[in-house]
Amino acid sequence: MNLTRFGAPAVVAVAAALALSSCATNEGGATAAPGDDAAALSGTLVGAGASSQGSAQEAWIAAFQTANPDVTIDYDPAGSGAGRESFQKGAVDFAGSDRAFKEDELTGDFAACTPGTDLVELPLYISPIAIVFNLDGIDSLDLDAATVAKIFTGEIATWNDPAIASQNPGVELPDAAITAVHRSDDSGTTENFLEYLAQAAPEAWTAEPDGVWPLAGGEAAQGTSGVVDAVTNGTGTIGYADASRADGLGTVSIKVGDEYVAYSPEAAAAIVDASPLTAGRADTDLAIELDRSSAEADVYPVVLVSYLVACSEYAEPDNVELVTEYLSYLASEDGQAAAAESAGSAPISDTLRERIVTAIDTIE
Amino acid sequence: MTSTAPLKAKPRPGDRIFSRSAVFAGLLILVTLAAVAIFLIVQSIPALFATSEDASILPTNFWDYVWPLLFGTVWAALIALLMALPVSIGIALFISHYAPRRLASVLGYVVDLLAAVPSVVFGLWGIGVLAPAVQPVYSWFVEHLGWFPLFAGPVSGTGRTIFTAAVVLAVMVLPIMTAICREVFLQTPVLHEEAALALGATRWEMIRMAVLPFGRPGIVSASVLGLGRALGETMAVAMVLSATGAVTLQLFTSSNPSTIAANIALSFPEAYALNVNVLIATGLILFVVTFAVNAVARWIVNRRKDFSGAN
Repeated sequence: MNLTRFGAPAVVAVAAALALSSCATNEGGATAAPGDDAAALSGTLVGAGASSQGSAQEAWIAAFQTANPDVTIDYDPAGSGAGRESFQKGAVDFAGSDRAFKEDELTGDFAACTPGTDLVELPLYISPIAIVFNLDGIDSLDLDAATVAKIFTGEIATWNDPAIASQNPGVELPDAAITAVHRSDDSGTTENFLEYLAQAAPEAWTAEPDGVWPLAGGEAAQGTSGVVDAVTNGTGTIGYADASRADGLGTVSIKVGDEYVAYSPEAAAAIVDASPLTAGRADTDLAIELDRSSAEADVYPVVLVSYLVACSEYAEPDNVELVTEYLSYLASEDGQAAAAESAGSAPISDTLRERIVTAIDTIE
Repeated sequence: MTSTAPLKAKPRPGDRIFSRSAVFAGLLILVTLAAVAIFLIVQSIPALFATSEDASILPTNFWDYVWPLLFGTVWAALIALLMALPVSIGIALFISHYAPRRLASVLGYVVDLLAAVPSVVFGLWGIGVLAPAVQPVYSWFVEHLGWFPLFAGPVSGTGRTIFTAAVVLAVMVLPIMTAICREVFLQTPVLHEEAALALGATRWEMIRMAVLPFGRPGIVSASVLGLGRALGETMAVAMVLSATGAVTLQLFTSSNPSTIAANIALSFPEAYALNVNVLIATGLILFVVTFAVNAVARWIVNRRKDFSGAN
């Protein structure tokens, strides 16, 4: 075998690779000035969980690392279930989850926390879910929860059905078949949408709310993008998607009490304030019992509330300061504004912020 | 052989290194396959007897969960194969026996390039271009031929049906099938071809008499490789297919069975605890099915031992 024939280029290639990679290692020296008050935070924070928070987390991490150049934060948007599981095993410092831990899950051990201490669950990401449709020349429709539920069960099959027409006087509804599009993947958006239907229209929607669409029938599409694409490219289609992706499609105003409310960040944040905390939880555990059948004025009940989960007392105190600083930034007006800008979420209200800051302060 | 000691060449280090590395490579594939099989089986055992109480993903028990997925997997792959096989044989014959040499090499290269397109891109093409384009065709079929069970309505409003997914799969398996058929057809003994032509056969008769019989095992191998790819294709199906989990033979409705691979891709991100084992167990089922398909194909090829290179 003639080694020299391959040898020379190989040596050059290896040398080049080494040279190039060593260039890359010192590019990380960010030049941003650290924050004035920061006593030079440093360390690494690892989180995982809800993909719904993915783009918000990217914005938060970018801003936080710019202000604190010695800090590295990783968030793996692997999904709520995976995030909760990783947090239970102690593989991550904090988790993102589209639902709070259930009562029976809380009794288990959390490897990262001091045994016997409470969890901190903070509703830091509120995202309105828009019900979007594609009908020529119609920008918005007024519907109540029962009608929406019947459309998605297939009971109402055409757009000019009396149930739709009676709520939309003066709108020229076509005699076209309705194609109701739902998510084919397991998703927090689906679970929150179905919880709204089940609470606000229990007689029309009888299936158990779940992240996986519980009925056979209808049209399924992968992810928020898939639903938006299917609704956009189809005719007479209706679906549900994160409100930030609803541009260019018709949206449904939902009947709350006697009024029809269109989605808006303020209305989405208002439903969280109008809802009680889940009973029987620790003071730091701000799990919200969303009251989706609320009849209050100007609340939009179809929202996804995503939590950040941390320990109230960490077994290893190394990262406590970093966790509290990061969560405080997320709860601050700047943090919420950054998420609103990048992910179209609804900034939390001042009332909720006070509660959250109180909870964060107890972390040790 | 005579009873004298057989002649032995003086062993050289190069020969030894080469033969050992060849043995090592052969063993490596067996070890890899065994490792994958063991992993699948170990991870699957808890799921095989799970019920809806243990794993939230299950409607009742594991077999009820996996059966529609298995049906969808095989159904979509078979439709895809039915479409891709004649086309790939046609392309291969054109390249090997009809096209001028220069065009043939360019065309072969272009078909091979199809294999370089990522499946995500095929998925995007399926959603953005193919599905809206074929939707009117589906409407026509359902309207005029709806009495035929496969074409029964209601028609999908978006065109994202199992038939669309099968078309995408067919395009994806085309390059590998074409490449194998082409190589096999090119190896037809020239004497057979010339003999057929000398006896006055037209080019088509020559292909029927000499090329296709000789290439049959190759066509079977190509089909199996294509089928394997179609059975295991994940991303394109997950994106294109409107999967609602219904077991139905209808080609043009919104309700379609999902496939095993696509279902794993869609459910895995949010799966936790025993649900992960359930998804891995469905993967084991796919592994077994693909293995069975390959075994059957190998048996078919083995009946014509003289032409197969793999024995």
